[in-house]
Amino acid sequence: MDIRNIQGYASFFMTIFLVIVLYGYIIHLYRSEKRGERDYEKYGNIALDDEIDSKPIEENPKAMSENEEQNK
Amino acid sequence: MQSNAALEYDYSVAKLFTYTAILFGILGMTIGTLIASQMAFPELNYLFGEYGTFSRLRPVHTTVVVYGFTLSGVWATFYYLGQRVLKVSMAESKFLMFIGKLHFWLYFVGALVATISLLMGITQAKEYAQYEWPIDIVIVIIWVLWGISIFGIIGIRREKSLYISLWYYIACFLGVAMLYLFNNMAVPTYFVSGMGSILHSVSMYSGTNDALVQWWWGHNAVAFVFTVPIVAMIYYFLPKESGQAIYSYKLSLLSFWGLMFVYLWAGSHHLLYSTVPDWMQTMGSIFSVVLILPSWGSAINMLLTMKGEWNQLTENPLIKFMVLASTFYMLSTLEGPIQAIKSVNAIAHFTDWIPGHVHDGVLGWVVFMVMAGLFHMAPRMFKREIYSKKLLEAQFWLQTTAVVLYFTSMWIAGITQGMMWRAVDEYGNLMYSFIDTVAVLHPYYAIRALSGVLYLVGFLMFAYNMIKTMSSSRELTEEPQFRSPMA
Repeated sequence: MDIRNIQGYASFFMTIFLVIVLYGYIIHLYRSEKRGERDYEKYGNIALDDEIDSKPIEENPKAMSENEEQNK
Repeated sequence: MQSNAALEYDYSVAKLFTYTAILFGILGMTIGTLIASQMAFPELNYLFGEYGTFSRLRPVHTTVVVYGFTLSGVWATFYYLGQRVLKVSMAESKFLMFIGKLHFWLYFVGALVATISLLMGITQAKEYAQYEWPIDIVIVIIWVLWGISIFGIIGIRREKSLYISLWYYIACFLGVAMLYLFNNMAVPTYFVSGMGSILHSVSMYSGTNDALVQWWWGHNAVAFVFTVPIVAMIYYFLPKESGQAIYSYKLSLLSFWGLMFVYLWAGSHHLLYSTVPDWMQTMGSIFSVVLILPSWGSAINMLLTMKGEWNQLTENPLIKFMVLASTFYMLSTLEGPIQAIKSVNAIAHFTDWIPGHVHDGVLGWVVFMVMAGLFHMAPRMFKREIYSKKLLEAQFWLQTTAVVLYFTSMWIAGITQGMMWRAVDEYGNLMYSFIDTVAVLHPYYAIRALSGVLYLVGFLMFAYNMIKTMSSSRELTEEPQFRSPMA
């Protein structure tokens, strides 16, 4: 088998693999929301409520600990 | 990070990039209109000696609109909304302010030098990658500075989750970084041979490989400069301007990974019927058709965001701009895959249908979205209302007419051209010579030149409206939450 054939087969199987990964991700998104583990839709509000003093949708723990240190 | 009650977002870098977006937009579109007119009226090639010929000006047009106007728009919007969706101000980090300003000034000076180099005829003759190696090195530094800005501000964020727009900006950063480096691998000939121009270089790849790497870049310049960061903009500006959250955040994530997965493999559709392996041509075609799904995923998500709020389309011209942009994105991402089908490509390849396709994408989608984004930002950055709603409305209709004239004339021209090139008589001889097609296409070239003039006038109206907004419009006492105020 020459290099061109190997490249062709490698491309084909990698595509199949990536399709499985992509569909797996779709299932993961919907399943984790159905089980109540995550709420992805709340992240849409990040754009709407984006004042510098508004409460983050999910606070960054690193920024929180720094704020606490400064308030001590 | 400091805790400060009077803390505000710092838009100084976003403002600088807004100015260059206006400047490079005028420059790039003026040259575009001139070279479109040269296609219709060849005498116009002789206005400025060697510096005014089509061959010299065409790369100036493409690079100024892509890397001048569009990238300025991308960076203006990034430095604006990056802070907002992370809820952190650039003013909180002196280092990031310095990097942001260095990013701008190096870019501005670099862009001017790069444009002059192309006018002088210094080019490595690769489409959309014409700059010679010393300029490439400066571009790499500019790009790295942007990367530091992106990841630097992410590093000090208050909002833990990265909003979907940031995913797209990061993809733009990584995609261009990888592809630009690969495509511009070149050997400066002076250092090897000790003779010739110090600026000259040759590609590290040869023949078909060079063509493949070139189009891997060329098509993905469309992906990662004209698509990905513009999607980033619409995912922020449409929800924010309309006050409606994205219809489905999950769909935005799916479309993102779908786009990343598919887009990188579509570039070989530029090389159908060439010497690249047949499986690779087929792969390019198939991936191009599959690309409809993630593209329409984003576009439909945007249109559904307006669900129940379609009255805003008539009341707010900025919503009109963005909805039209989204619609042109759908048109363009349906047209591209159709052209990539082998049998259609047999007619479309090398014809005017290709620039027709590119321009319904860039004029209808990219420029509309960048202008809408900058209009949305202006009242927040300059604390003044938008100068004139009437001007905005007039600009919208003028430019929409221009886009329609552009792509319809090029559709007719392209298909006519493709059919004439392949027409044979009963003995199998070609029926037409090349000049026959040129004569037939003249009226369509004239229509395109007219559409260029209309679009340019519309862009000047945008520039005027923006400058008046910055300087003499009514001052605002507080920042508008959603809808941008306009007089």
